Amino acid sequence: MAVSTGRVAAAGEGARGRHDRPGRLRRALSAHWYAWAMIAPVVVVMAVLIGWPLARGVYLSLTDATEANIGRTIGVNVIPATYEFVGLDNYLRILTSGLFWDKLAWTVVWTVVCVGLHYGIGLGLAVMLNRRLRFRSVYRVLLILPWAVPAFVAAFVWRYLYNSDYGVINGLLKAAGLPAVGWLDDPTTAKIAVIAVNVWIGVPFMMVAMLGGLQSIPAELYEAAEVDGANAWQRFRAITLPGLRQVSSTVILLGTIWTFNMFPIIFLVTRGGPGSETEILVTYAFREAFTGVRNYAGSAAWGVIILLMLVVLAIGYRRTLRSQGDPW
Amino acid sequence: MRRLLPAAAVVAALALAVSACGGGTTAPPATTVSDPSKVSGEITWWDTTRPDSEGPTFQALIKAFEAKYPQVKVKYVNVPSDQAQGQFQTAAQAGAGAPDVIRSEVAWTSQFASLGYLQPLDGTRAVDDEAGFLPGPLSSTKYNGKTYAVPQVTDTLALLYNKRLLKQAGHEAAPKTIAELKQTALDVQAKTGAEGLALNVDSYFLLPFIYGEGGDLLDVANKKIVVNSPANVRAIQTVADLISSGAAPKPATTESYANAMTALKEGKAAMIYNGPWSLSEIYQGKEFKDRKNLGIAPVPAGSVKAGAPTGGWNLAIYAGSKNIPAAYEFVRFMTTAEAQAKIAKEISLLPTRTSAYADPDVQGNSDVVVFKPIMDTAVPRPWIPEGGQLFQPLLEGYQALVGGKSAPADVLKKVDEQYRGIMKDWG
Repeated sequence: MAVSTGRVAAAGEGARGRHDRPGRLRRALSAHWYAWAMIAPVVVVMAVLIGWPLARGVYLSLTDATEANIGRTIGVNVIPATYEFVGLDNYLRILTSGLFWDKLAWTVVWTVVCVGLHYGIGLGLAVMLNRRLRFRSVYRVLLILPWAVPAFVAAFVWRYLYNSDYGVINGLLKAAGLPAVGWLDDPTTAKIAVIAVNVWIGVPFMMVAMLGGLQSIPAELYEAAEVDGANAWQRFRAITLPGLRQVSSTVILLGTIWTFNMFPIIFLVTRGGPGSETEILVTYAFREAFTGVRNYAGSAAWGVIILLMLVVLAIGYRRTLRSQGDPW
Repeated sequence: MRRLLPAAAVVAALALAVSACGGGTTAPPATTVSDPSKVSGEITWWDTTRPDSEGPTFQALIKAFEAKYPQVKVKYVNVPSDQAQGQFQTAAQAGAGAPDVIRSEVAWTSQFASLGYLQPLDGTRAVDDEAGFLPGPLSSTKYNGKTYAVPQVTDTLALLYNKRLLKQAGHEAAPKTIAELKQTALDVQAKTGAEGLALNVDSYFLLPFIYGEGGDLLDVANKKIVVNSPANVRAIQTVADLISSGAAPKPATTESYANAMTALKEGKAAMIYNGPWSLSEIYQGKEFKDRKNLGIAPVPAGSVKAGAPTGGWNLAIYAGSKNIPAAYEFVRFMTTAEAQAKIAKEISLLPTRTSAYADPDVQGNSDVVVFKPIMDTAVPRPWIPEGGQLFQPLLEGYQALVGGKSAPADVLKKVDEQYRGIMKDWG
């Protein structure tokens, strides 16, 4: 809001005459003071809630602060602050470590696979549920259910289902005469397992969003297409997909950011294991920050890197969409 | 922000100096406290025991404490043992929400002390007759020559086995060496259909194999990392061999502890490694309705010796506590020989005071009697601040080994690399 108001004002001023520079700001202020007054509280709250922690995080990432040297006085124990500004050392150390690239590769695979499945399955279910069929509302309720279950409850339930000796899935396999699988014990099956849980949790949101999008497509378009002799696939490609475009682009971007940072599933289902095979970037940053002697500087640097990657992704994504004629 | 920190520290120091409790924290030696029964106020205690099987005993002790010190109120908070460390660090660092007294695992104590979270206890009312404690647990309360905690209970690992299954397999006695362990396990499997040994994939449970070959993680005296030693490679190979030979079925790496316990309790596995804290849960299992069916023996010896790690719990006082005098009395009370005897009698946790073992009630508890000699051979771990961080790399290595992803030698090479990242100035 603030940005767009400012931009319009500046553009208007610029058009009127560039030589009149000193008065520009004042004139903008006097013309739009009410707008500034309106948004001032929001700006202040945002600065306090987001700006300050962000600035502090960025600052910490440039130091060598840990739990041991950040300095404090507790009762009789006085520990002076001895952490120092170290510039980009933390970033260099992270970016030159094989660990970071390993985790990044898996995080990207995890995100792409999860979002792909979320979107594909969500779209399929939405198209099915958009038809008139019996018990439609029952299906809708059942399909939305995973979304209503808190993530940690879902994670624990799945953990139990996957248990290699006493889990339900292996119980079924054994009943069918197949060998049991150590679902969370092998890197590959553990990765498949966490993706399955995340897909189960994420599909309902996609489905609901798509269903909303589908219902905003005018039925006349389909009637006209039918009159023109288009078959079901042609109607889907020429009407449904373009009609869903705006919704799709938004939910895919959202889904990507959420999945990229999907902490609870990984942390609760596998704790990053076996080894640290299923650990994604955020769970690794958490481990840095909250185990052993806490490495505030290192985890802040991880956080800043993750944030920068997502910002770049979001900007690139929007730019691509805009170049394809999306008004977004 | 850094400029603000010293200022904040000065303000905090002034506030403490002005307030009455600040005067108390500068600790006049124990003898000058006029009358300990006059202390008053409320203190919070974070307990880490299992609330259903162990908690009631501790709550009964609190009642006894409050009866003896009528002006002190103890707030009992049960925090799961796998979360207490992190939650205490968060609260202590933030300066809000930390308890006055925490039940600190032996490996956490030096870390908390090094971070400045704990009240030094030398010469205070909290410590009573220090010479009466077992040396192993007592060593875990020291950091930089000062005392930061008082040992509450101690423990170690032992071989717990199902006597009925072993007898069916033709073994009257528990195996004494790893070779016998392997043979016994294979016999159990062949003759009874049950699994021999259920392994728990956890660093702590790997230590008996490492100590058994004469290995260790660190050489503290020379400040050297020795995790990748030939002895440790032998130890890891032993574990790999137990699994590949079928003596121990390939264990799950998630829920490994719970799965091993269930297997023992239901008679699906004949032997596990575990400590005295697990006994009250094991006796709830259907195989051990008759308690006599459970055998407890020292961990089998490797090629060098039989050695299990010293574990246990201490009581420590948060340096920022508002009521340190009451906390001193509470810690003193909870670590008396009488309190320890009650704990040992009711829930089989091992006392840290030599005198408690002489108590007739303790001698009447067969679990304690069996565990005491095992305790005497237990190996104290290096009590250094980084001690707690050594487990994660070792766990990852153990999991990789079990998953068949790494050869024994590679496992330790990787652990060694990670240790060098943690212990920066070690050789």
